Amino acid sequence: MIVCEQLSKRYKKQLALDGLDLGFDMGQTVALVGPNGSGKSTFMKLALGFIRPTSGSIRVLDEDPQGGGHFKYAIGYMPQAFHCPPNLTVRSLFALMTDLRKAKKETCDTTLFERFEIDRFYNKPLGALSGGMKQKVNAALAFYFNPKIYILDEPTAGLDPFASEVLKEKIGVERAAGKLIIISSHIFSDLDVLATDVLYLIDGKLQFYKNVEMLMQETGTNNLGKAFAHVIANHKETV
Amino acid sequence: MMLTTYVFKDIIRNKTLIAYTVLLAAISFGLFSFDANPEKAVLGLLNILLLVVPLVSIIYSSIYYYNSLEFIELVLAQPVARKKLFFGLYFGSGLALSLAFLIGCALPILLFARDMTGFTLIISGILITWVFNSLAFLAAVISRDKARGIGMSLLFWFYFTFIYDALVLMILFSFSDYPIERGILTLTFLNPIDLIRIILLMQLDASALMSFTGAVFSTFLSSGKGLTFCILALILWSVLPALLAVRTFVRKDI
Repeated sequence: MIVCEQLSKRYKKQLALDGLDLGFDMGQTVALVGPNGSGKSTFMKLALGFIRPTSGSIRVLDEDPQGGGHFKYAIGYMPQAFHCPPNLTVRSLFALMTDLRKAKKETCDTTLFERFEIDRFYNKPLGALSGGMKQKVNAALAFYFNPKIYILDEPTAGLDPFASEVLKEKIGVERAAGKLIIISSHIFSDLDVLATDVLYLIDGKLQFYKNVEMLMQETGTNNLGKAFAHVIANHKETV
Repeated sequence: MMLTTYVFKDIIRNKTLIAYTVLLAAISFGLFSFDANPEKAVLGLLNILLLVVPLVSIIYSSIYYYNSLEFIELVLAQPVARKKLFFGLYFGSGLALSLAFLIGCALPILLFARDMTGFTLIISGILITWVFNSLAFLAAVISRDKARGIGMSLLFWFYFTFIYDALVLMILFSFSDYPIERGILTLTFLNPIDLIRIILLMQLDASALMSFTGAVFSTFLSSGKGLTFCILALILWSVLPALLAVRTFVRKDI
């Protein structure tokens, strides 16, 4: 569903992504892992067509993200920073997005909308919302239009533990429905229960792209945090 | 078009824009009530038009663009063409600024000075708002960095308001022995603020206040043909930077 060939992105001075060759299929939940500035966001931006590859190619649902953008009907995106026009109400924002997607309200997925009780601040302007409320709106919007592919940038950041659990549960439901989910997060315990595969990047270079169970077997651990501690320790030895 | 509506709805509730409207209204009503002669008040308004309106338009719109970057990302993740998104923002902020000018300046003018001059003033205000709205978007789209983009906007304003005239003055003096009138006329069209100044001073018949570029050609420009040229040039000044900006926006990394 997403295929990259020698995908590279260079900003003026630094190589943000260096020759990525990989593919994601439906049913996978891929955790993007790596330190800050390792290329996770760059990869997401390339997949969404926000930026152009310097070389190589990426295709999403068999479309060039730089093209007409038809594939975006099938994408649910949760940006890391969710700042919207401060004087628009939550209601207007949902109306705008529904208009832009030419969606019908009856066909929308209101699970998160209801569980986050967004109708309680539906008529508030976005500028008056707390960080957590904004993140709830952000999540509810990404899941609202029944997308096939989810691109979630730090989805649980800023959410309280309850909301975070609700969101993880929903991600689990979507995973079971066979959707492709791409998550970046620094919180291993979040990824633990969700991810089927792990993609590990450092300085824009692919370190590995592995099935979670295989990774745990290889490292002899039972969760991602420990597995990564193991990987990093070994990495240091070999360097 | 639909996006414009939402952007417009957001901006007209913006505090800075409301303050701008109130400021314009206060100045306009003040000028008209202090001076018994509406002609003089109109002259005062002209200075507002040449300094404040371009400055606020260009700074407001470029800051607006930078503040909308996250919103731009969110909208770009939806099935929307970049061109549409750009024009949604562009027309949203342009319309809101025009509305502020209409309420703050045009309304008092219609109340106190309902003549040809007042009418010209209103048209010019709207035109200059759009010209600087376009230049703001161009500056913002070109530079990634917010500080640099707003700096570039300020520079545009400073250049057209002060530097340009000084340059023309220099040319005039250094080539005063040659017949360069036609060349100077062309130069006038390269500065939207000069164009506005000429259009209005032709109406006001106050050639003493004309800029140097303007003074040279008052005779040619006061003909009907001259006015049409000026307005056409101003329309070009608002369309061309916007087109250049949209071209850049469609290709750029967000």
